[in-house]
Amino acid sequence: MTEYALILISTIWVNNFLLVKFLGLCPFMGVSRKLETAIGMGMATTFVLTLSAISSSLVNDWILLPLGLEYLRTIMFILVIAVVVQFTEMVVHKTSPLLYNLLGIFLPLITTNCAVLGVALLNVQEKHTFLESAFYGFGAAIGFSLVLVLFAGMRERIRVADVPAIFQGNSIALITAGIMSLAFLGFAGLVK
Amino acid sequence: MSVLIAVITLSSIAGLFGLVLGYSAIRFRVQGDPVADKIDAILPQTQCGQCSFAGCRPYAEAIAKGEADINRCPPGGTATMLALADLLGVEPKPLAEEHTGEPIKTVVYIDEQTCIGCTLCIQACPVDAILGAAKQMHTVIESECTGCNLCIPPCPVDCIHIMPVKVQPETWRWPLPEHPPGTAPRVSAL
Amino acid sequence: MTQLSSFHGGLHLAGHKTLSTSQPIATLPIPARLVIPLNQHIGAAGELLVAVGDHVLKGQALTKPVGYVSASVHATSSGTISDIGEYPLPHPSGLSARCVVIDTDGKDEWLPHQGEPSYRLLHAAEIRNRVRHAGVVGLGGATFPTSVKMNPAGQIIDTLIINGAECEPYITCDDMLMRERAKEVILGADILLHALGTAHCIIAIEDNKPDAIAALRAALKAAADDTQLGDIAVIAVPTLYPTGGEKQLIKVLTGKEVPSHGLPAEIGLVMQNVATAAAVYRAICCGEPLISRVVTVTGEAVAHPQNLEVRIGTPISQLIEHCGGYLPANPLPLSARADGSPSPQKGAGRPVSQGDTLIMANRLIMGGPMMGFALQSDELPVTKGCNCLLIQNVPAASAAMPCIRCGECVTVCPASLLPQQLYWHASSKNFDQVQDYHLFDCIECGCCSQVCPSHIPLVQYFRFAKTEIWHQETEKRKADHARVRHDFRSERLEREKREREEALRKKKELLAQKAAAETTSGEDDPKKAAIAAAMERVKAKKEQSESAADSAPGKNA
Repeated sequence: MTEYALILISTIWVNNFLLVKFLGLCPFMGVSRKLETAIGMGMATTFVLTLSAISSSLVNDWILLPLGLEYLRTIMFILVIAVVVQFTEMVVHKTSPLLYNLLGIFLPLITTNCAVLGVALLNVQEKHTFLESAFYGFGAAIGFSLVLVLFAGMRERIRVADVPAIFQGNSIALITAGIMSLAFLGFAGLVK
Repeated sequence: MSVLIAVITLSSIAGLFGLVLGYSAIRFRVQGDPVADKIDAILPQTQCGQCSFAGCRPYAEAIAKGEADINRCPPGGTATMLALADLLGVEPKPLAEEHTGEPIKTVVYIDEQTCIGCTLCIQACPVDAILGAAKQMHTVIESECTGCNLCIPPCPVDCIHIMPVKVQPETWRWPLPEHPPGTAPRVSAL
Repeated sequence: MTQLSSFHGGLHLAGHKTLSTSQPIATLPIPARLVIPLNQHIGAAGELLVAVGDHVLKGQALTKPVGYVSASVHATSSGTISDIGEYPLPHPSGLSARCVVIDTDGKDEWLPHQGEPSYRLLHAAEIRNRVRHAGVVGLGGATFPTSVKMNPAGQIIDTLIINGAECEPYITCDDMLMRERAKEVILGADILLHALGTAHCIIAIEDNKPDAIAALRAALKAAADDTQLGDIAVIAVPTLYPTGGEKQLIKVLTGKEVPSHGLPAEIGLVMQNVATAAAVYRAICCGEPLISRVVTVTGEAVAHPQNLEVRIGTPISQLIEHCGGYLPANPLPLSARADGSPSPQKGAGRPVSQGDTLIMANRLIMGGPMMGFALQSDELPVTKGCNCLLIQNVPAASAAMPCIRCGECVTVCPASLLPQQLYWHASSKNFDQVQDYHLFDCIECGCCSQVCPSHIPLVQYFRFAKTEIWHQETEKRKADHARVRHDFRSERLEREKREREEALRKKKELLAQKAAAETTSGEDDPKKAAIAAAMERVKAKKEQSESAADSAPGKNA
C-alpha cells in the first residue's frame, strides 16, 4: 500500500511532470489563462492520462509482450491514446459544450501531449504492474492539474498586476513558471 | 510470419477501437448548438444586420460554426468583441477603424410633420417598434427602439432621424478615475 | 439592549462639528425663485399636476406619486409657475432634469391643510398613504421613499431604529434638529412605531452629541407624561465613523448583520433617520408636506457656518450668501472661470443651453467630506437629499501612486471587504470578479480612500464599477427584450406566410373539386350547367381579387 502512496507523492510533488520533468508544457502555457479553463483541462487530462495509462499497460502486458511485438509499442500507445482522447472529446462536447469550445484545439492536442505518451512509456520502462501503472498515470494527471490550476490562478492575478512593460504577456508567464519549477524542485529534498 | 501477426494485431485492435468510437459517437451525439445560445446572449440584439447576417441569432450561429469573425458587431463595440473572445477563448480582433471606442447608443424618431404614412418603415423594423397604419402618421416607441437604423433607407421622404439616447442622472455612470502612473489596467495583456 | 456590539474597521475622524453648532437653526428668507426638481427620490418620478402659468400655494402638490416606490413633490412657497424644463441638478454628473420653476410672490400662502394629532386613530395604510403624498423621503441622504419602508410587507418588524448617529464630520443638521425639535422626533418615531405595528424603538445617537441626547431624553420624558408612547429608548453609541451607516448601526445596536444584498427588514429591523421621523410627524400631525429641510452650511471657507431651515428648491448660492459668503482668503478656484470674479457662477438657474459651460467650484461639496461629492456650481437647487454644504479650502489632492498592498484599507473597511482586490479588478474592468469580492456590499463610506497611503481614490473606482455593472445589466435586459420582440416578429411573419399559403391551397382544392363535379354531373341539364358556369365566373373573379390582395405585402399585417 505504501508503494502506491509513494507513487502518488512522487508523481504529484517530487517528479511533477510539468515542473520537474517538463513534459506537457504546451497546454500548460496554452490553457492557463483562465481558472475555469484550467480546471476543465485538468479534468480532461486526468481522465485521459489515467485511462490511457491503464489501457496502454493492458495492451502492453496482454498483447504486445505475449506476441513479441515490443517494437510496435509507440505506435500502439499512440493509437490507444488517440482513441481515449477522441472518446473524451465526445464526452466533453456532450456534457460541457462551452468547455469544449474553450479547450478548442488543446483537447485533441492531448493526443500529442508528451506527458500522456511519456506516462505510458515510463510505465513500461519502470516495469510497473497494472495497478502501479494506473496509480502512476493518475498521480501524474493530478500533479499536472494541480500545477495547471495554480498557474492559471497566478496568471489571473498577474493580468491585473503592475508588470513592467518589457515583461508583459508570455514573458512574465514563463518567469512565473520558472519560479514555480524552482519551488517544486524543493520537493526533491523529501527523498533522502 | 511476424509481420503478419503485427499487421493482424494492429488492424484488429484498430477495428475494435473504431467500433467503440462509433458507438460513443451515437451515444454522445450533441443536439443543437448550445454555444450559439451563449454567443447570442452576448450580442446586443439590435438586429441591425451590420454583421452581414440577417440578425443577431444567425450571426451567433455563424460564429459558433467558425464561419464568422467575432469583430463584426459595431453596436456591441469592443466590449462585445472582448466578451466573445473571452467566451470562445480566441484572440481579440480589433473592430474596423470607425467602430472602435464605446458605441454611442442611438434611437430614431420620426418627423411627424413629414411622415406620409407609407408603412415601409414598419415593415423594416425588426422589433416592431414603429406604431402606425397606412396613411396614418407613424411614431417610434422609443423604449423599444434598438437603434438599428434599418427603417431609415426605406423611408421615401427621409423623415426618420437618428438621435443619441439622452443620459439621465439615473443612468449616468461614474467615470473611471485616472490611473496612477504605471498602473494602467491591462485588460488583454496575456 | 444595553449591550452594544461593534463593527469591523471604522475610523476616528476629527469631528469639526462645533463649527456649525454655535447658532440655532435659522430660517432662510423666501427666495425670489424656486427650482424644484420633479424627481428627488429613488424610484419613479411622479406625474406632473401643474402647468406653466399656474398659481400655486405653499404645500400644493406639483406631482402625484406613480408606482409603488414614488413620492410627491410640493410647491415650497406660493407663487406662479414660470417654467417647467430641464435645469441642472446637484448631482455628481452635473446633468439636468425636469424641474418646476416657481416665481414666488412673497406671501408664502399655505394651502389649507389639517393634520391628525391623534394619529393612533389612523390605520397604518392611511398613515403610509399620507406620508407618501406628503413627499416624505429618507432625509439621511439616500432619499428612499419613507412610505415604502413603513410597509412591513408581511415581515415582522420587532425594532424600529431611529438613526441620529450623524457620524460624518462637519454635518450637524440632525444634531441641531434633535436639540431644537426633540418632541417632533419622538412623536415621529411613535407614529412610525404605530404604522409598522412594532413595539420597540431605539433612537441611536453618537456620544459626541450630549446636548442632543439630553434634549431627546427630556422630550421623551415630557411626551411620555402627556400621551401613551410606545417603548422608545435613547441610546448613546460610541463615536466611530461610519456608525451612521445602516448596516453598521444595526451591528452596533443588535450585534446582528444584515445579509448581503438583503434589507434590515429581513432580520426584523427598520431604520429611519431622525429628520425623516420629524418630517413624518409634520406630515401626519400638522398635515404639512415635506417642503423644507435643515441644511448644514459649514467648512473653513465660509464666513458664518450654521444650520439653516431651507425650502426645497432654494438656490445654494443664497444659503452661502446668508452665511456670509465665501471667505475672501479662500476664493473658489479662478482658473476655470473666464471673468475671474471671486464668486462662483451667477445667473440664477438658467437652463443649460449648448455652449453654456458650468464653472467648476470644486471646493463646494454636497454632503460631508467622506461621502459627499463636489458641485460644479452654486446655482443649483437644494433638494430633499441635501443635508450639508461643505465649503472647504483643501489643497489639491495629491496624485495617486501605485498600490503597495499595505492592507490599510482592509483594516478600516466597515463592510469587511477587501478594497485593494476590488480596486485591482475594478480598474481592469473585471466586473465578474469585482462582484465575487462583494462590490455591492460597499457602502462608499470613504474610509479606504482616507487611509490609503498611495492616495488612490478607491471609492471612485467602486462607484465606477457599480454604475458600469448597472449599465451592463440594463443593456442586457434591453437586449433580451429586443430578442423576444424580434423572435416574436419573425414567428408572426412566418405564421402569416403559412396562413396565406394555406388559404390559397384550400381555395385551389375547392376549385378542383368543383371542376371535377361539373365534368361528371353537369352535362344532362343545360340550365343547371349555365348557372354553374355563371357561378364559376363570379367565383373566379372573387378569387382573382382576393389573391391580388394577398400578394400585396403588409396589407393584412
